[in-house]
Amino acid sequence: MADPKLRKRDESPLLALKDVTLAFGPKVIQHDLSFDVRRGSIFAVMGGSGCGKSTVLKSMIGLLRPRNGSILVETEDYWAATEARRTEIGRRFGVLFQSGALWSSLTVGENVALPLQMFTRLGAAAISRLVKLKLALVGLENAEDQLPSDISGGMKKRAGLARALSLDPDVLFFDEPSAGLDPITSSRLDDLILNLRDGLGATIVIVSHELPSLFAIADDGVFLDARTKTAIAHGSPAQLRDSCPDPQVEAFMRRERPEALTAGKDTSP
Amino acid sequence: MLCLTGDWMAQSGRVPALPPDGLKGIGSGQTLAFDTTGIGRWDSGLIEFLWDAKRAAIAAGASIDGATLPPSAQKLLGLLPDGEPPPPPARRRGLGPLNWLGGVTLEFLTETGTLTTLLANTAKGGALILVGRVRMRPVDLLANIKDAGPSALLIISVVNFLLGAILAFVGAIQLQKFAADIYVANLVGVALVREMAAVMTAIIMAGRTGGAYAARIATMLGNEEIDALQVIGIPVEDYILLPSILALILTMPLLYLYGCLVGIAGGGVVAISMLNITVAGYVQQTLGAVPFDQFVFGFCKSIVFGILIGVTSCRIGLKAGRSAADVGIAATRAVVTGIVGVIVLDSLFAAIATVVGF
Repeated sequence: MADPKLRKRDESPLLALKDVTLAFGPKVIQHDLSFDVRRGSIFAVMGGSGCGKSTVLKSMIGLLRPRNGSILVETEDYWAATEARRTEIGRRFGVLFQSGALWSSLTVGENVALPLQMFTRLGAAAISRLVKLKLALVGLENAEDQLPSDISGGMKKRAGLARALSLDPDVLFFDEPSAGLDPITSSRLDDLILNLRDGLGATIVIVSHELPSLFAIADDGVFLDARTKTAIAHGSPAQLRDSCPDPQVEAFMRRERPEALTAGKDTSP
Repeated sequence: MLCLTGDWMAQSGRVPALPPDGLKGIGSGQTLAFDTTGIGRWDSGLIEFLWDAKRAAIAAGASIDGATLPPSAQKLLGLLPDGEPPPPPARRRGLGPLNWLGGVTLEFLTETGTLTTLLANTAKGGALILVGRVRMRPVDLLANIKDAGPSALLIISVVNFLLGAILAFVGAIQLQKFAADIYVANLVGVALVREMAAVMTAIIMAGRTGGAYAARIATMLGNEEIDALQVIGIPVEDYILLPSILALILTMPLLYLYGCLVGIAGGGVVAISMLNITVAGYVQQTLGAVPFDQFVFGFCKSIVFGILIGVTSCRIGLKAGRSAADVGIAATRAVVTGIVGVIVLDSLFAAIATVVGF
């Protein structure tokens, strides 16, 4: 039998930004941003610190209205929709915030259960089973009754991921998933993201500047520039590293300073 | 062979459970396979069911053949553990009431010790200021004074004015019966200066400033700001407690005096408008009724109330947990402790004043 979840991949874009300008008051963060996120892909929003990666993510998940341009979910303009419709679309999104953003007064299990209680007609027993399932998927089957203050940073991220998975989202957004994690935990999280993409058939958008993670999992992306305040390159992290015409992007992806790269090129025969 | 058909959508409100006898007949050494040719749409609902089946089969000593499952379902099933998680360790059962009593006693003694140390260190910091070895940032003291003093004037004014007016209303109705209208000034003056202005001002400050101190310090704790102070070697008492407590010690007596004046004015407005009393008569009667030492008594009480509110709210903030919920709990606890503490202390003052004939 054809797997409906895998069949979704590589069709029309699930998300698209068209000439989007993002600003806080008079301060423009990014302007004229355009890119497509293909279904089933792991799309990376890359760039140096302070270039506006997280701001772009905020506009995609409904926390910041763009000053200009449109964000299309399938073919529907997200920000032109009514608030009720935006909430409905937002239920197809799962978001893992940088710090996990767990609700501190609830246990880990209650954090995962709350969206199910609010947005489904499932009974308590079914919700309890689903909570156990989501926590087991991220390797936290023993942490259901613990409070967020009692678990480590890596566990908080995984618990946040379990919560993001609670409504079986079509799109998963990750804000700096590897930040603050040791290399082993970070690598395990990368594997988990890949497994969840393949298992859930979800489209994944990652905001990150952790190069090892980006090379390991992302298959498409966009590179934002803090100086020009717009996207200066499109492609997978490997493509940007190996064949990007922009020396700044190439240097970033190779973890080199731009001048070192230029000097290297100048001295080559 | 387990035959699965139809839709398996948890988001549509359907997560079928594996019946207890669902794998009857599957025994040790056998293999559980799946027929999914008739399966429709699916999400976590199917994975949950498959996980149940996997655990039940493994518990029965059977193995799983997931080759016929959709590849993405195989992937997810591979992420899930084979067995039930180990149960949490059982709680130790002891002598309940005795344990409780011991715990409460130990906690009380520890808390008393901590509070005393905190108070001693703060007093030491205050003494160092007097001898010119300031370890506190003056700008913090000024900010705290502004927050506890001028910013609180409006609420102090409203509450004390209305308190004076209420006392005058109550007094006027009773005293008119005896043609003793003018003694409304005595009632309002003595009640406010001796008790009510100090207590009400302290209750307002416990709710307003004490709660804010506890919430601020609890937030700093959650952000590891307190840890940073300790690592650098800056005493928490000097940096946080001293400016907060000093600000209350300096502003509370002044707010008390201001509250007395506003309250007496509130009583005056009611007395003059309701009774046959002139402004000059009300002022003259008030000055005669409230001797200076009553102001001194209220003034001293306000200083003690300020120390109580400052120390308890800072201590509650410092021992809060590190989550957002803990910040709310700390603020609530600081307000309740401050209000109850002020009333208990005021009762003590009243008892002592009665005993010594003041």
